[in-house]
Amino acid sequence: MKNAIEVNGLRKEFKSYSSRSGLKGAFRDLFSRNYKVLRAVNDITFTVKQGEMVGYIGENGAGKSTTIKMLTGILTPTAGDVLVNGMNPHKEREAFVQTIGVVFGQRSQLWWDIAVQESFRLLKKVYKVSDEEYDRHMGHVIRTLDIEPLLDKPVRKLSLGQRMRCELAAALIHNPPLLFLDEPTIGLDVLVKLKIRDFLKEINEKYNTTILLTTHDLTDIEALCDRVVMLDEGHIIYDGALKDLKETWGEGKEVQFQFLEGVELAVLENVTRELPVKWELEEKEQLFTAYTTDEANAVSDLIATVISSFQIKDVKIMEVSTEEIIRKIYEKGEV
Amino acid sequence: MDKYIEMIRIRFLMMLAYRTNYYTGILIYSINIGAYYFLWKAIYGGKETIEGLSVLQMTTYVAVAWMARAFYFNNIDREMAMEIKEGKVAVELIRPYNYLTMKTMQGLGEGIFRLFFFSVPGMLIVSFVFPIRFSADIYTWALFFVSIVLSFLINTQINLLTGMTTFFLFNNTGLIRAKRVIIDLFSGLLLPLSFFPQGIQEVLKFLPFQGISYVPSMIFTNGFSFSETLQAIMLQGLWVLILIVPIQALWILAKKMLVIQGG
Repeated sequence: MKNAIEVNGLRKEFKSYSSRSGLKGAFRDLFSRNYKVLRAVNDITFTVKQGEMVGYIGENGAGKSTTIKMLTGILTPTAGDVLVNGMNPHKEREAFVQTIGVVFGQRSQLWWDIAVQESFRLLKKVYKVSDEEYDRHMGHVIRTLDIEPLLDKPVRKLSLGQRMRCELAAALIHNPPLLFLDEPTIGLDVLVKLKIRDFLKEINEKYNTTILLTTHDLTDIEALCDRVVMLDEGHIIYDGALKDLKETWGEGKEVQFQFLEGVELAVLENVTRELPVKWELEEKEQLFTAYTTDEANAVSDLIATVISSFQIKDVKIMEVSTEEIIRKIYEKGEV
Repeated sequence: MDKYIEMIRIRFLMMLAYRTNYYTGILIYSINIGAYYFLWKAIYGGKETIEGLSVLQMTTYVAVAWMARAFYFNNIDREMAMEIKEGKVAVELIRPYNYLTMKTMQGLGEGIFRLFFFSVPGMLIVSFVFPIRFSADIYTWALFFVSIVLSFLINTQINLLTGMTTFFLFNNTGLIRAKRVIIDLFSGLLLPLSFFPQGIQEVLKFLPFQGISYVPSMIFTNGFSFSETLQAIMLQGLWVLILIVPIQALWILAKKMLVIQGG
Protein backbone atom coordinates (compact mmCIF):
# COMPACT_ATOMS: atom_id res chain seq x y z
CA MET A 1 0.00 0.00 0.00
CA LYS A 2 1.39 3.39 -0.87
CA ASN A 3 2.00 6.18 1.58
CA ALA A 4 -0.24 9.21 1.47
CA ILE A 5 2.09 11.32 3.61
CA GLU A 6 5.82 10.98 4.08
CA VAL A 7 7.50 13.48 6.36
CA ASN A 8 11.20 13.38 7.08
CA GLY A 9 13.05 15.67 9.50
CA LEU A 10 10.51 18.44 9.00
CA ARG A 11 11.30 21.71 10.74
CA LYS A 12 9.77 25.18 10.84
CA GLU A 13 11.29 28.20 12.52
CA PHE A 14 9.65 31.54 13.11
CA LYS A 15 11.21 34.80 14.12
CA SER A 16 9.43 36.10 17.15
CA TYR A 17 9.84 39.81 17.77
CA SER A 18 9.65 41.20 21.26
CA SER A 19 9.06 44.86 22.09
CA ARG A 20 11.29 46.72 24.48
CA SER A 21 9.50 48.35 27.37
CA GLY A 22 8.76 52.05 27.77
CA LEU A 23 8.90 55.04 25.43
CA LYS A 24 12.65 54.83 25.03
CA GLY A 25 12.34 51.18 24.19
CA ALA A 26 9.66 51.94 21.61
CA PHE A 27 12.01 54.41 19.88
CA ARG A 28 14.84 51.90 19.91
CA ASP A 29 12.45 49.34 18.37
CA LEU A 30 12.10 51.66 15.38
CA PHE A 31 15.71 51.02 14.44
CA SER A 32 16.50 47.55 15.63
CA ARG A 33 14.23 44.92 17.01
CA ASN A 34 14.92 42.06 19.32
CA TYR A 35 13.89 38.68 18.09
CA LYS A 36 14.19 35.09 19.03
CA VAL A 37 14.05 32.18 16.63
CA LEU A 38 11.30 29.83 17.71
CA ARG A 39 11.05 26.28 16.47
CA ALA A 40 7.37 25.56 16.06
CA VAL A 41 8.04 22.17 14.50
CA ASN A 42 11.27 20.43 15.38
CA ASP A 43 12.54 17.63 13.15
CA ILE A 44 9.48 15.46 12.97
CA THR A 45 9.30 12.25 10.95
CA PHE A 46 6.26 10.13 10.25
CA THR A 47 4.35 8.42 7.47
CA VAL A 48 0.66 7.91 6.89
CA LYS A 49 -0.64 5.12 4.66
CA GLN A 50 -3.41 5.56 2.14
CA GLY A 51 -6.76 4.97 3.84
CA GLU A 52 -5.56 5.53 7.39
CA MET A 53 -7.37 7.82 9.80
CA VAL A 54 -4.82 9.50 12.02
CA GLY A 55 -5.44 11.76 14.98
CA TYR A 56 -2.87 14.52 15.34
CA ILE A 57 -3.01 15.86 18.85
CA GLY A 58 -1.11 18.13 21.16
CA GLU A 59 -1.55 21.12 23.43
CA ASN A 60 -2.24 24.58 22.10
CA GLY A 61 0.91 25.84 20.44
CA ALA A 62 2.45 22.39 20.11
CA GLY A 63 2.88 22.89 16.36
CA LYS A 64 -0.12 20.99 14.99
CA SER A 65 -1.47 23.73 12.77
CA THR A 66 2.00 24.64 11.55
CA THR A 67 2.55 21.03 10.47
CA ILE A 68 -0.78 20.94 8.67
CA LYS A 69 0.07 24.19 6.91
CA MET A 70 3.34 22.74 5.70
CA LEU A 71 1.64 19.53 4.59
CA THR A 72 -0.92 21.51 2.61
CA GLY A 73 1.70 23.68 0.93
CA ILE A 74 0.75 26.95 2.61
CA LEU A 75 3.98 27.36 4.56
CA THR A 76 7.49 26.65 3.36
CA PRO A 77 9.41 24.31 5.67
CA THR A 78 12.69 25.64 7.08
CA ALA A 79 14.23 22.20 6.65
CA GLY A 80 13.25 18.62 5.92
CA ASP A 81 11.35 16.71 3.25
CA VAL A 82 7.64 16.49 2.74
CA LEU A 83 6.02 14.20 0.21
CA VAL A 84 2.24 14.19 0.14
CA ASN A 85 0.34 12.21 -2.47
CA GLY A 86 3.71 11.75 -4.15
CA MET A 87 4.25 15.50 -4.58
CA ASN A 88 6.13 18.28 -2.87
CA PRO A 89 3.27 20.44 -1.60
CA HIS A 90 5.08 23.73 -1.75
CA LYS A 91 6.85 23.29 -5.07
CA GLU A 92 3.89 21.99 -7.06
CA ARG A 93 1.20 23.82 -5.16
CA GLU A 94 -1.46 24.18 -7.84
CA ALA A 95 -1.30 20.56 -9.02
CA PHE A 96 -0.96 19.32 -5.46
CA VAL A 97 -3.96 21.03 -3.88
CA GLN A 98 -6.15 19.41 -6.52
CA THR A 99 -5.56 16.13 -4.64
CA ILE A 100 -6.39 17.27 -1.11
CA GLY A 101 -9.34 18.62 0.80
CA VAL A 102 -8.92 20.87 3.82
CA VAL A 103 -11.30 22.04 6.51
CA PHE A 104 -10.13 24.70 8.91
CA GLY A 105 -12.61 24.69 11.77
CA GLN A 106 -11.87 28.29 12.60
CA ARG A 107 -11.94 29.77 9.12
CA SER A 108 -14.64 29.63 6.54
CA GLN A 109 -13.73 28.74 3.01
CA LEU A 110 -17.14 29.54 1.65
CA TRP A 111 -17.92 33.00 0.39
CA TRP A 112 -19.61 34.86 3.18
CA ASP A 113 -22.13 36.99 1.28
CA ILE A 114 -23.44 34.60 -1.31
CA ALA A 115 -25.58 31.46 -1.26
CA VAL A 116 -23.86 28.17 -0.44
CA GLN A 117 -24.70 26.69 -3.83
CA GLU A 118 -22.89 29.56 -5.57
CA SER A 119 -19.75 28.74 -3.58
CA PHE A 120 -20.16 25.09 -4.54
CA ARG A 121 -20.59 26.04 -8.17
CA LEU A 122 -17.40 28.09 -8.14
CA LEU A 123 -15.45 25.33 -6.40
CA LYS A 124 -16.78 22.82 -8.91
CA LYS A 125 -15.28 24.96 -11.67
CA VAL A 126 -12.08 25.54 -9.72
CA TYR A 127 -11.51 21.82 -9.24
CA LYS A 128 -12.74 21.02 -12.77
CA VAL A 129 -15.37 18.54 -11.64
CA SER A 130 -17.66 17.33 -14.42
CA ASP A 131 -21.44 17.64 -14.07
CA GLU A 132 -22.05 13.88 -13.81
CA GLU A 133 -19.27 13.45 -11.30
CA TYR A 134 -20.65 16.33 -9.26
CA ASP A 135 -24.23 15.04 -9.29
CA ARG A 136 -23.21 11.52 -8.37
CA HIS A 137 -20.76 12.35 -5.63
CA MET A 138 -22.08 15.61 -4.22
CA GLY A 139 -25.69 14.45 -4.41
CA HIS A 140 -24.73 11.76 -1.95
CA VAL A 141 -22.67 14.12 0.25
CA ILE A 142 -25.48 16.67 0.37
CA ARG A 143 -28.04 14.02 1.34
CA THR A 144 -25.83 12.44 3.99
CA LEU A 145 -24.92 15.73 5.61
CA ASP A 146 -28.51 16.90 5.25
CA ILE A 147 -27.65 20.31 3.84
CA GLU A 148 -30.14 20.38 0.95
CA PRO A 149 -32.33 23.07 2.59
CA LEU A 150 -29.29 25.27 3.32
CA LEU A 151 -28.01 25.54 -0.23
CA ASP A 152 -29.86 28.72 -1.20
CA LYS A 153 -28.99 30.62 1.99
CA PRO A 154 -26.06 33.02 2.25
CA VAL A 155 -23.31 31.65 4.49
CA ARG A 156 -23.60 34.51 6.98
CA LYS A 157 -27.15 33.38 7.84
CA LEU A 158 -26.13 29.82 8.77
CA SER A 159 -25.59 28.59 12.31
CA LEU A 160 -22.16 27.20 13.19
CA GLY A 161 -23.32 23.59 12.88
CA GLN A 162 -24.97 24.22 9.53
CA ARG A 163 -21.92 26.06 8.30
CA MET A 164 -19.51 23.31 9.34
CA ARG A 165 -21.52 20.71 7.45
CA CYS A 166 -21.38 22.92 4.36
CA GLU A 167 -17.63 23.47 4.84
CA LEU A 168 -17.09 19.73 4.95
CA ALA A 169 -19.12 19.25 1.80
CA ALA A 170 -17.14 22.05 0.10
CA ALA A 171 -13.85 20.33 0.97
CA LEU A 172 -15.10 17.13 -0.68
CA ILE A 173 -16.35 18.53 -3.98
CA HIS A 174 -13.46 17.01 -5.91
CA ASN A 175 -13.54 13.80 -3.85
CA PRO A 176 -9.90 14.09 -2.75
CA PRO A 177 -7.96 10.99 -1.65
CA LEU A 178 -6.57 12.91 1.33
CA LEU A 179 -8.47 15.06 3.76
CA PHE A 180 -6.98 17.41 6.36
CA LEU A 181 -9.31 18.42 9.15
CA ASP A 182 -8.10 21.11 11.53
CA GLU A 183 -10.46 21.10 14.51
CA PRO A 184 -13.56 20.32 12.48
CA THR A 185 -15.86 19.85 15.45
CA ILE A 186 -14.89 22.94 17.43
CA GLY A 187 -17.94 24.43 19.10
CA LEU A 188 -20.44 21.96 17.68
CA ASP A 189 -23.25 20.21 19.53
CA VAL A 190 -23.32 16.46 20.06
CA LEU A 191 -25.76 15.69 17.27
CA VAL A 192 -23.80 17.53 14.60
CA LYS A 193 -20.57 15.97 15.89
CA LEU A 194 -22.04 12.48 15.57
CA LYS A 195 -23.31 13.21 12.11
CA ILE A 196 -19.90 14.46 10.99
CA ARG A 197 -18.12 11.46 12.52
CA ASP A 198 -20.43 8.97 10.85
CA PHE A 199 -19.97 10.76 7.58
CA LEU A 200 -16.18 10.71 7.85
CA LYS A 201 -16.22 6.98 8.62
CA GLU A 202 -18.43 6.41 5.63
CA ILE A 203 -16.24 8.22 3.11
CA ASN A 204 -13.18 6.53 4.56
CA GLU A 205 -14.75 3.13 3.92
CA LYS A 206 -16.27 4.01 0.59
CA TYR A 207 -13.37 5.81 -1.09
CA ASN A 208 -10.45 4.73 1.11
CA THR A 209 -9.89 8.41 1.90
CA THR A 210 -6.93 9.17 4.14
CA ILE A 211 -7.88 11.51 6.96
CA LEU A 212 -5.54 13.52 9.16
CA LEU A 213 -7.46 15.08 12.00
CA THR A 214 -6.39 17.56 14.63
CA THR A 215 -8.72 18.21 17.50
CA HIS A 216 -8.87 18.91 21.19
CA ASP A 217 -11.96 16.78 21.50
CA LEU A 218 -10.56 13.35 22.25
CA THR A 219 -13.91 11.68 21.77
CA ASP A 220 -13.51 12.51 18.07
CA ILE A 221 -10.21 10.68 18.03
CA GLU A 222 -11.61 7.74 19.96
CA ALA A 223 -14.52 7.44 17.58
CA LEU A 224 -12.51 7.77 14.38
CA CYS A 225 -8.81 7.09 14.65
CA ASP A 226 -6.91 3.90 15.34
CA ARG A 227 -3.65 5.75 15.39
CA VAL A 228 -2.58 8.93 17.12
CA VAL A 229 0.45 11.10 16.64
CA MET A 230 1.09 13.25 19.69
CA LEU A 231 3.07 16.44 19.49
CA ASP A 232 4.65 18.43 22.27
CA GLU A 233 6.72 21.57 21.76
CA GLY A 234 7.38 20.63 18.16
CA HIS A 235 8.48 17.05 18.87
CA ILE A 236 6.55 13.88 18.25
CA ILE A 237 6.28 12.25 21.66
CA TYR A 238 4.01 9.39 20.71
CA ASP A 239 3.11 7.70 17.44
CA GLY A 240 1.07 4.54 17.60
CA ALA A 241 -2.24 2.92 18.38
CA LEU A 242 -4.60 4.68 20.73
CA LYS A 243 -5.29 1.31 22.36
CA ASP A 244 -1.61 0.84 23.33
CA LEU A 245 -1.49 4.29 24.79
CA LYS A 246 -4.47 3.46 26.94
CA GLU A 247 -2.97 0.17 28.07
CA THR A 248 0.35 1.70 29.08
CA TRP A 249 -0.97 4.84 30.65
CA GLY A 250 -4.44 3.81 31.67
CA GLU A 251 -3.14 2.00 34.73
CA GLY A 252 -5.22 2.03 37.88
CA LYS A 253 -8.92 2.24 38.50
CA GLU A 254 -11.10 4.97 39.84
CA VAL A 255 -13.85 4.30 42.36
CA GLN A 256 -16.30 7.04 43.19
CA PHE A 257 -18.25 7.06 46.47
CA GLN A 258 -21.18 9.06 47.75
CA PHE A 259 -22.12 8.66 51.40
CA LEU A 260 -25.41 9.01 53.18
CA GLU A 261 -23.97 11.12 55.99
CA GLY A 262 -21.16 13.64 56.06
CA VAL A 263 -17.71 12.07 56.03
CA GLU A 264 -14.32 13.65 56.62
CA LEU A 265 -11.61 12.99 54.06
CA ALA A 266 -9.07 12.42 56.85
CA VAL A 267 -11.27 9.74 58.41
CA LEU A 268 -11.57 7.94 55.07
CA GLU A 269 -7.83 8.09 54.54
CA ASN A 270 -7.32 6.69 58.01
CA VAL A 271 -9.69 3.76 57.43
CA THR A 272 -8.03 2.78 54.14
CA ARG A 273 -4.45 3.48 55.20
CA GLU A 274 -3.45 -0.18 54.64
CA LEU A 275 -4.54 -0.10 50.98
CA PRO A 276 -2.78 1.43 47.95
CA VAL A 277 -5.31 4.23 47.61
CA LYS A 278 -5.23 7.96 46.97
CA TRP A 279 -8.35 9.97 47.79
CA GLU A 280 -9.73 13.11 46.22
CA LEU A 281 -12.77 15.06 47.35
CA GLU A 282 -15.07 17.07 45.11
CA GLU A 283 -16.47 19.52 47.67
CA LYS A 284 -19.67 20.67 46.02
CA GLU A 285 -21.25 17.29 45.40
CA GLN A 286 -19.42 15.50 48.21
CA LEU A 287 -18.00 13.03 45.70
CA PHE A 288 -15.09 11.02 47.05
CA THR A 289 -12.85 9.51 44.39
CA ALA A 290 -10.36 6.78 45.20
CA TYR A 291 -7.49 6.04 42.80
CA THR A 292 -6.20 2.54 43.19
CA THR A 293 -4.01 0.05 41.32
CA ASP A 294 -4.84 -2.60 38.72
CA GLU A 295 -4.14 -5.51 41.07
CA ALA A 296 -6.81 -8.20 41.03
CA ASN A 297 -8.31 -7.58 44.44
CA ALA A 298 -7.55 -3.88 44.88
CA VAL A 299 -11.05 -2.72 44.02
CA SER A 300 -12.89 -5.35 46.05
CA ASP A 301 -10.65 -4.73 49.08
CA LEU A 302 -11.27 -1.04 48.84
CA ILE A 303 -15.02 -1.34 48.54
CA ALA A 304 -15.20 -3.94 51.32
CA THR A 305 -13.22 -1.71 53.67
CA VAL A 306 -15.27 1.39 52.92
CA ILE A 307 -18.64 -0.35 53.15
CA SER A 308 -17.80 -1.88 56.54
CA SER A 309 -17.22 1.60 57.99
CA PHE A 310 -19.69 3.94 56.26
CA GLN A 311 -23.22 4.02 54.88
CA ILE A 312 -23.03 4.35 51.12
CA LYS A 313 -25.47 6.09 48.77
CA ASP A 314 -23.75 5.33 45.48
CA VAL A 315 -20.61 3.65 44.10
CA LYS A 316 -19.16 3.94 40.59
CA ILE A 317 -16.17 2.07 39.20
CA MET A 318 -14.48 3.75 36.26
CA GLU A 319 -11.64 3.15 33.89
CA VAL A 320 -9.22 6.03 33.52
CA SER A 321 -10.51 8.12 30.63
CA THR A 322 -8.51 9.04 27.57
CA GLU A 323 -8.66 12.66 28.62
CA GLU A 324 -7.05 11.73 31.90
CA ILE A 325 -4.29 9.84 30.10
CA ILE A 326 -3.61 12.68 27.71
CA ARG A 327 -3.58 15.16 30.55
CA LYS A 328 -0.99 13.09 32.36
CA ILE A 329 1.16 12.88 29.26
CA TYR A 330 0.95 16.61 28.55
CA GLU A 331 1.93 17.35 32.13
CA LYS A 332 4.89 15.03 31.96
CA GLY A 333 5.83 16.08 28.42
CA GLU A 334 6.90 12.63 27.24
CA VAL A 335 5.60 9.13 26.74
CA MET B 1 -10.05 29.75 -17.62
CA ASP B 2 -13.53 28.61 -16.61
CA LYS B 3 -12.82 29.16 -12.95
CA TYR B 4 -11.68 32.72 -13.53
CA ILE B 5 -14.83 33.56 -15.48
CA GLU B 6 -16.89 31.96 -12.73
CA MET B 7 -15.13 34.25 -10.25
CA ILE B 8 -16.27 37.29 -12.24
CA ARG B 9 -19.82 36.00 -11.94
CA ILE B 10 -19.43 35.47 -8.18
CA ARG B 11 -18.17 39.02 -7.84
CA PHE B 12 -21.23 40.25 -9.68
CA LEU B 13 -23.40 38.42 -7.18
CA MET B 14 -21.46 39.91 -4.30
CA MET B 15 -21.88 43.42 -5.67
CA LEU B 16 -25.61 42.79 -5.96
CA ALA B 17 -25.68 41.53 -2.37
CA TYR B 18 -24.66 44.98 -1.18
CA ARG B 19 -26.99 47.37 -2.93
CA THR B 20 -26.51 50.24 -0.48
CA ASN B 21 -22.86 50.52 -1.49
CA TYR B 22 -23.98 50.71 -5.08
CA TYR B 23 -26.41 53.57 -4.50
CA THR B 24 -24.06 55.61 -2.34
CA GLY B 25 -21.38 55.08 -4.99
CA ILE B 26 -23.57 56.72 -7.62
CA LEU B 27 -24.25 59.62 -5.30
CA ILE B 28 -20.57 60.19 -4.51
CA TYR B 29 -19.56 60.11 -8.17
CA SER B 30 -22.33 62.54 -9.15
CA ILE B 31 -21.25 64.98 -6.45
CA ASN B 32 -17.63 64.75 -7.55
CA ILE B 33 -18.40 65.28 -11.21
CA GLY B 34 -20.74 68.18 -10.40
CA ALA B 35 -18.20 69.86 -8.13
CA TYR B 36 -15.38 69.61 -10.68
CA TYR B 37 -17.65 70.77 -13.47
CA PHE B 38 -18.50 74.00 -11.69
CA LEU B 39 -14.94 74.45 -10.48
CA TRP B 40 -13.57 74.23 -14.03
CA LYS B 41 -16.26 76.54 -15.41
CA ALA B 42 -15.22 79.13 -12.84
CA ILE B 43 -11.52 78.66 -13.68
CA TYR B 44 -12.11 79.04 -17.39
CA GLY B 45 -14.25 82.16 -16.85
CA GLY B 46 -14.31 83.84 -20.23
CA LYS B 47 -11.26 82.07 -21.65
CA GLU B 48 -11.66 79.89 -24.72
CA THR B 49 -8.92 77.38 -24.01
CA ILE B 50 -6.38 76.57 -21.33
CA GLU B 51 -3.35 74.43 -22.19
CA GLY B 52 -5.01 73.44 -25.46
CA LEU B 53 -8.29 72.19 -23.94
CA SER B 54 -11.62 73.97 -24.47
CA VAL B 55 -14.28 74.24 -21.74
CA LEU B 56 -16.31 71.56 -23.47
CA GLN B 57 -13.30 69.25 -23.70
CA MET B 58 -12.51 69.97 -20.08
CA THR B 59 -15.97 69.10 -18.75
CA THR B 60 -16.03 65.98 -20.91
CA TYR B 61 -12.58 65.13 -19.58
CA VAL B 62 -13.80 65.40 -15.99
CA ALA B 63 -16.92 63.32 -16.59
CA VAL B 64 -15.06 60.63 -18.56
CA ALA B 65 -12.21 60.49 -16.09
CA TRP B 66 -14.59 59.76 -13.23
CA MET B 67 -16.63 57.28 -15.20
CA ALA B 68 -13.50 55.44 -16.30
CA ARG B 69 -12.42 55.42 -12.68
CA ALA B 70 -15.55 53.45 -11.82
CA PHE B 71 -14.22 50.73 -14.11
CA TYR B 72 -10.54 50.63 -13.23
CA PHE B 73 -10.85 51.42 -9.54
CA ASN B 74 -11.07 48.56 -7.05
CA ASN B 75 -10.31 47.82 -3.45
CA ILE B 76 -8.40 44.59 -3.91
CA ASP B 77 -5.39 46.05 -2.10
CA ARG B 78 -7.54 46.59 0.98
CA GLU B 79 -9.12 43.17 0.58
CA MET B 80 -5.74 41.50 0.29
CA ALA B 81 -4.52 43.36 3.36
CA MET B 82 -7.53 42.11 5.28
CA GLU B 83 -7.20 38.54 4.05
CA ILE B 84 -3.55 38.49 4.99
CA LYS B 85 -4.11 40.11 8.36
CA GLU B 86 -6.92 37.74 9.29
CA GLY B 87 -5.08 34.71 7.95
CA LYS B 88 -7.74 34.00 5.31
CA VAL B 89 -5.01 33.85 2.71
CA ALA B 90 -4.37 30.30 3.98
CA VAL B 91 -7.68 29.23 2.49
CA GLU B 92 -6.80 30.89 -0.82
CA LEU B 93 -3.54 28.98 -0.96
CA ILE B 94 -5.17 25.55 -0.66
CA ARG B 95 -7.09 26.11 -3.87
CA PRO B 96 -5.75 25.14 -7.26
CA TYR B 97 -5.58 28.63 -8.66
CA ASN B 98 -3.21 31.55 -8.73
CA TYR B 99 -4.15 33.91 -5.92
CA LEU B 100 -3.07 37.05 -7.77
CA THR B 101 -4.88 36.13 -10.97
CA MET B 102 -7.99 35.37 -8.94
CA LYS B 103 -7.75 38.76 -7.23
CA THR B 104 -7.38 40.46 -10.61
CA MET B 105 -10.49 38.63 -11.83
CA GLN B 106 -12.42 39.76 -8.77
CA GLY B 107 -11.37 43.31 -9.57
CA LEU B 108 -12.48 42.80 -13.16
CA GLY B 109 -15.86 41.46 -12.02
CA GLU B 110 -16.28 44.55 -9.89
CA GLY B 111 -15.17 46.78 -12.77
CA ILE B 112 -17.53 45.27 -15.32
CA PHE B 113 -20.40 45.50 -12.86
CA ARG B 114 -19.73 49.18 -12.30
CA LEU B 115 -19.20 49.86 -16.00
CA PHE B 116 -22.67 48.58 -16.88
CA PHE B 117 -24.71 49.49 -13.83
CA PHE B 118 -22.90 52.62 -12.86
CA SER B 119 -20.80 54.32 -15.53
CA VAL B 120 -23.16 53.90 -18.46
CA PRO B 121 -26.36 55.07 -16.70
CA GLY B 122 -24.34 57.71 -14.85
CA MET B 123 -22.90 59.01 -18.10
CA LEU B 124 -26.37 59.28 -19.59
CA ILE B 125 -27.62 61.29 -16.62
CA VAL B 126 -24.56 63.54 -16.67
CA SER B 127 -24.95 64.19 -20.40
CA PHE B 128 -28.46 65.52 -19.81
CA VAL B 129 -27.29 67.89 -17.08
CA PHE B 130 -23.98 69.16 -18.45
CA PRO B 131 -22.91 69.85 -22.01
CA ILE B 132 -20.63 66.94 -22.88
CA ARG B 133 -19.51 66.00 -26.35
CA PHE B 134 -19.34 62.32 -27.15
CA SER B 135 -17.22 61.37 -30.05
CA ALA B 136 -19.08 59.88 -32.99
CA ASP B 137 -15.90 58.32 -34.27
CA ILE B 138 -15.92 54.54 -33.84
CA TYR B 139 -12.10 54.47 -33.75
CA THR B 140 -12.04 56.83 -30.79
CA TRP B 141 -14.38 54.49 -28.93
CA ALA B 142 -12.33 51.43 -29.84
CA LEU B 143 -9.06 53.06 -28.79
CA PHE B 144 -10.69 54.35 -25.61
CA PHE B 145 -11.87 50.85 -24.83
CA VAL B 146 -8.41 49.34 -25.33
CA SER B 147 -6.99 52.12 -23.20
CA ILE B 148 -9.29 51.65 -20.20
CA VAL B 149 -8.64 47.91 -20.19
CA LEU B 150 -4.95 48.74 -19.90
CA SER B 151 -5.78 51.34 -17.22
CA PHE B 152 -7.53 48.62 -15.28
CA LEU B 153 -4.50 46.34 -15.58
CA ILE B 154 -2.00 48.99 -14.46
CA ASN B 155 -4.14 50.11 -11.54
CA THR B 156 -4.80 46.53 -10.48
CA GLN B 157 -1.12 45.68 -10.68
CA ILE B 158 -0.30 48.62 -8.44
CA ASN B 159 -3.03 47.44 -6.07
CA LEU B 160 -1.58 43.93 -6.02
CA LEU B 161 1.82 45.36 -5.16
CA THR B 162 0.36 47.50 -2.38
CA GLY B 163 -1.71 44.59 -1.10
CA MET B 164 1.28 42.28 -1.01
CA THR B 165 3.25 44.66 1.18
CA THR B 166 0.97 43.44 4.01
CA PHE B 167 2.97 40.21 4.01
CA PHE B 168 5.98 42.23 5.13
CA LEU B 169 4.52 45.18 7.04
CA PHE B 170 1.50 43.46 8.68
CA ASN B 171 -0.30 46.80 8.83
CA ASN B 172 -0.24 48.97 5.75
CA THR B 173 -3.45 51.01 6.05
CA GLY B 174 -1.44 54.23 5.72
CA LEU B 175 0.36 53.01 2.64
CA ILE B 176 -2.93 52.04 0.98
CA ARG B 177 -4.38 55.49 1.64
CA ALA B 178 -1.26 57.25 0.39
CA LYS B 179 -1.32 55.14 -2.77
CA ARG B 180 -4.90 56.12 -3.43
CA VAL B 181 -4.22 59.84 -3.16
CA ILE B 182 -1.08 59.57 -5.28
CA ILE B 183 -2.95 57.73 -8.01
CA ASP B 184 -5.85 60.21 -8.01
CA LEU B 185 -3.42 63.12 -8.30
CA PHE B 186 -0.68 61.79 -10.60
CA SER B 187 -2.95 59.78 -12.88
CA GLY B 188 -4.60 62.99 -14.10
CA LEU B 189 -7.99 62.30 -12.53
CA LEU B 190 -8.18 65.59 -10.64
CA LEU B 191 -6.16 67.66 -13.09
CA PRO B 192 -5.02 66.88 -16.66
CA LEU B 193 -1.30 66.24 -16.62
CA SER B 194 -0.69 69.05 -19.14
CA PHE B 195 -1.68 71.46 -16.36
CA PHE B 196 1.22 70.38 -14.13
CA PRO B 197 4.45 72.43 -14.06
CA GLN B 198 6.87 71.40 -16.81
CA GLY B 199 9.37 69.82 -14.43
CA ILE B 200 6.80 67.58 -12.77
CA GLN B 201 5.37 66.61 -16.16
CA GLU B 202 8.83 65.39 -17.16
CA VAL B 203 9.01 63.22 -14.07
CA LEU B 204 5.46 61.88 -14.50
CA LYS B 205 6.33 60.72 -18.00
CA PHE B 206 8.54 58.09 -16.42
CA LEU B 207 5.88 56.84 -13.99
CA PRO B 208 3.03 54.41 -14.67
CA PHE B 209 0.28 56.63 -13.18
CA GLN B 210 -0.53 58.61 -16.34
CA GLY B 211 -1.58 55.36 -17.97
CA ILE B 212 -4.40 55.00 -15.47
CA SER B 213 -6.57 58.04 -16.07
CA TYR B 214 -4.91 60.70 -18.24
CA VAL B 215 -4.44 58.54 -21.34
CA PRO B 216 -8.00 57.16 -21.70
CA SER B 217 -9.58 60.52 -20.86
CA MET B 218 -7.43 62.37 -23.40
CA ILE B 219 -8.25 59.78 -26.05
CA PHE B 220 -11.95 60.16 -25.40
CA THR B 221 -11.88 63.95 -25.54
CA ASN B 222 -9.79 63.89 -28.71
CA GLY B 223 -7.08 65.73 -26.85
CA PHE B 224 -4.42 63.51 -28.48
CA SER B 225 -3.47 63.28 -32.10
CA PHE B 226 -3.63 59.83 -33.66
CA SER B 227 0.09 59.16 -33.38
CA GLU B 228 0.13 60.44 -29.77
CA THR B 229 -2.74 58.06 -28.99
CA LEU B 230 -0.92 55.04 -30.38
CA GLN B 231 2.22 56.00 -28.53
CA ALA B 232 0.31 56.44 -25.27
CA ILE B 233 -1.42 53.06 -25.60
CA MET B 234 1.87 51.38 -26.35
CA LEU B 235 3.37 52.98 -23.25
CA GLN B 236 0.43 51.67 -21.21
CA GLY B 237 1.06 48.18 -22.55
CA LEU B 238 4.74 48.51 -21.75
CA TRP B 239 3.94 49.42 -18.15
CA VAL B 240 1.65 46.39 -17.82
CA LEU B 241 4.58 44.20 -18.85
CA ILE B 242 7.13 46.00 -16.66
CA LEU B 243 4.94 45.77 -13.56
CA ILE B 244 4.72 41.98 -13.84
CA VAL B 245 8.36 41.77 -12.75
CA PRO B 246 8.10 43.33 -9.26
CA ILE B 247 4.78 41.55 -8.67
CA GLN B 248 6.26 38.12 -9.35
CA ALA B 249 9.37 38.91 -7.32
CA LEU B 250 7.36 40.12 -4.35
CA TRP B 251 5.00 37.13 -4.59
CA ILE B 252 7.83 34.61 -4.50
CA LEU B 253 9.38 36.43 -1.57
CA ALA B 254 6.04 36.67 0.23
CA LYS B 255 5.33 32.96 -0.08
CA LYS B 256 8.75 32.21 1.39
CA MET B 257 8.24 34.29 4.47
CA LEU B 258 4.52 33.87 4.83
CA VAL B 259 3.30 33.71 8.39
CA ILE B 260 -0.33 32.78 8.82
CA GLN B 261 -1.68 35.02 11.50
CA GLY B 262 -4.06 33.77 14.14
CA GLY B 263 -3.16 30.10 14.37
